[in-house]
This record gives sequence, C-alpha cells and structure tokens, in this order.
Amino acid sequence: MSRRVVVTGIGVLAPNGNGVRDFELALRKGLSGIRLNEKMIECGFGSHVAGVPQGIDELAESYFSDDLLLAMNSGHRCGAIAGVDAWTDAGFERPDPDDDRVDWDAGAVLGTGIGGMDTIANAVVPMTNANKVRRLGSVAVEQVMSSGVSARLSGILALGNQVTTNSSACSTGSEAISMGVERIRRGLAERMLCGGVEGASHYIWAGFDAMRVLCRRFNDAPESASRPMSATAAGFVPSAGAGVLMLESLESAQERGARIHAEVAGSAINCGGHRGGGSMTAPNPEGVSRCIQAALADAQIAPEEVGAINGHLTATGADPKEVRSWARALGCSPSDLPPITSTKSMIGHALGAAGGIESVACVLMLKGGFVHPSINCEDVHPEIEPYAASIPHTALETPDLQVVVKAGFGFGDVNACLVFRKWNE
Amino acid sequence: MDQTEIFEKVVKILTPYVKNQQALEGVSLATHILDDLKVNSARLVDVVLEFEDAFDIEIDDDDVDKVETVGNAVELIEAKIG
Repeated sequence: MSRRVVVTGIGVLAPNGNGVRDFELALRKGLSGIRLNEKMIECGFGSHVAGVPQGIDELAESYFSDDLLLAMNSGHRCGAIAGVDAWTDAGFERPDPDDDRVDWDAGAVLGTGIGGMDTIANAVVPMTNANKVRRLGSVAVEQVMSSGVSARLSGILALGNQVTTNSSACSTGSEAISMGVERIRRGLAERMLCGGVEGASHYIWAGFDAMRVLCRRFNDAPESASRPMSATAAGFVPSAGAGVLMLESLESAQERGARIHAEVAGSAINCGGHRGGGSMTAPNPEGVSRCIQAALADAQIAPEEVGAINGHLTATGADPKEVRSWARALGCSPSDLPPITSTKSMIGHALGAAGGIESVACVLMLKGGFVHPSINCEDVHPEIEPYAASIPHTALETPDLQVVVKAGFGFGDVNACLVFRKWNE
Repeated sequence: MDQTEIFEKVVKILTPYVKNQQALEGVSLATHILDDLKVNSARLVDVVLEFEDAFDIEIDDDDVDKVETVGNAVELIEAKIG
C-alpha cells in the first residue's frame, strides 16, 4: 500500500477572511466577501462586483523585505503569504535568508490559472509599446513567468524538492494538491506546499466579462451576486486569493509529532476530451462522473461514506449538470445526495486559487465538524429542486463528518477531485 | 549638488535593495554594492534606472559595468551631471 498523506499546515487568503481563524468564522456565518469593484466600473465592465482579499499589501509588507516586495505582484503576494502561513502552521520556522541550508525533502506545487496579468498590463505592454523596454528593469520576468509564484515561495522557505507551478484553469488548485499527494506517495518528497493562487486584477477578469459569463444582474447587491444553484444565478463573480496546504507523509508527520488537520485519502485528475457535450468551456458530464469515481476508488471509500460535497458550483448554467453528475457518480437518488455546498457562494470564483481555498474549507469543515452554508440559493434552481434538501442554507453542525469530497472543473474540460478524511488519532 | 548630497541620494536609492541592512550603518564610498550590501546583481538594472530618474541623467550599459562600489556610482553620477 502506498504511503498515506496528511495535511499538517494551512494558509488561506480569501475575500471573506484572511487566515484560518477569520476564514472559518466567515464560512460558519455564511459571510459574503463580494464587493463593488471600482476598476470594473471605471473600465466599463458589464459586471461591477468581485471578491478581493482585504489588506493584502499591508500584510505583505509585514511579511516580506522591501527587496522581495519590489518583484511581487498581486498573485505573488497572495501565494507567498498563504505559503508561509501553511509552513509555520505546520510547525516550521521561516528560515533566515542568510542560512544556506536547504530542505531537500520539501517542495511546492503552487498553481495559478492566469498568472501575472497585472504585470503584463501595467508594465510589459505599455513600456514595450512606448519603446521603453529598458524601463522594465529586472523585475518583469519573474512576475510574468508562470512558475513565479512557486519560485517565490521556494526562495523564501529554502525548498529543495520539486518546485513548480501547474495550470489547468479553474481546477488548478485541486490539481496541485493531487500532484503533491502523488509525489509524497511515491516517496519522492516528505512535504509539499500545494494549492492555488490568483491575483486580483480587472485585467484578469476582462475576458470573462466579454464572454458574458460574469454576473451582471446584481451590481446593486454585491453580497447577493454569487448565487450557485439558484434559479436566479446569473454568472460567476470573479475573485482572488490563495489557499495552500502543507501535505506531508504520515511517517514524517508522526516522526516530528506534528498536528494533523486531516488526511487526503485520494484524488483523481482527468479531462473530458471535449466530447459528449464537453468543450473548451463546458465539461463532458461523463468525464466529471469518472473523475469523482476514480478519486473515491483511489481513496478506497464507498460512495455512501461521503459525508459532504464541496462542489465546483460557480453560479453558471453548469450547476444543474454538475449536481446531477455528483448524484450519478455516487450512484444515489436525489433524496440521498449528501449535503452539497459551494464555497464560491461566499467568495466568488477565485479561478486558479479556487481549488486551494475551497480545499482549505474542506479541511476546516472536517476538523470543526460542520458543513458551511451555500448562500444565495433560497430560490433553488428548478432543475436542482429534487436535491434541494441536501443544500444547507445555514451552517450544519456535523460532529460525525468523516469524509468530504471536493471537485474542481476547468475550461479545457479538465477535472480534478480530492477526497479528504477526518483524522482520528 | 555636492558629493555628500549625491552620496546620500545614492544610499537612499540603494536601501530597499540591500539585503545586509547592517552593512548600511557603516556605508562609505568604499562599500561594495554586491559584496558588502548584498544587493542581488540582477537588481542593478533597477538601481541604475532610479539613478537616471533621480539625477535626470542617462547611464549607458558600459558605464554600468564599471560600477562596483558606492563611490564608483557617486563618481559616475557626478561626472554625468557635470
């Protein structure tokens, strides 16, 4: 049997709360982090609302030296803060920059869906077009290269194992965790900081607005705008942040007496092949069901053991299909579907960071024995009506919650599914 | 602008790039920018851009290669502003 992988550290920056304590409180209360966004209004977007973690620059200034901050765009700042938090939460000290020791057993898979679009838009394009390439200085490349977010973290923490950035649209963060689990299982690393990161920039969101997939109907009521599973769902609300888990081999965690938050019992990644209804922008339902089933098989967990579902559920027309795919994958009738909830109802869709932040939510739910509410869907979508009893509108107290399944689906018809299990000493 | 003023301005520009903040306390014209202050060599291009803005001068790449100490930078800037 392959090695078991546990979560020993958590770091999170979300629009409705930074840090584990505030984020968990917000989840339990069903607090929305969606606000009016001045830049979107100024630039003529159809949608005027977004989810942006508050106070990131001030937080970054308290975490990092001036020298580092000079080359850290929005995504870098979110990823590095959450990464450092996961590291220290796991019981490790931040190494001194002058200490030449490297942790060869610790690495990172820190993904981003879009990357350093703010640097491209604010510096690379205007400077280049103005024949001022020289003015870009040395800091453009490291903020624009896709791997910049993971590279930044490795420098801060002296990580010496695999350090890379994956990108698979909105399944990025979940995929990163799956990749880290595999590496540890194979015995190639003891600890991997894994998750997703996305900067806050209207340049990142513009193309989605043009596709008319962002919510435009609730500009006057930001906190109600993200409405997964609702009859009045009108598109997703873009957001930003980072969610990072310290994944660790059970041996390593036990050897150093680490506090274990939860276990990652299994995972799966696949693609629907843009067939059977799947496309660049829509999932093949068979791919989705197969991915969920493969993750459960990998975890050796029976469908009836699933205690809660943290769906992808973005508040687009794909929600009803997704709910049906869950029921099909678990082989259950509508009334038997476990509680199903959408973290995006409170934080919007953090794109590449979504899987990371929502996985943090799963771990907190298992640890705290609750299922967070899925807000803004009192008017359940007619096609989801048969499953309505499974949707919590306020936090459910579930002290016996043992298994939470998280899935993320992305443009490109890509899927990732994670199975989290409560850690029982 | 006299040498002391230029020196102080140069040190101020270098400060955020300095990894060895202790070395800043005893900074002099002889202080080596990379070896003593531990400025990342890749960042020298950013420092030079700031010199150009602060002193309204242009520094070409050949001149940049000759700058090793704080004193070298001060002399170069002094010559440019004439």
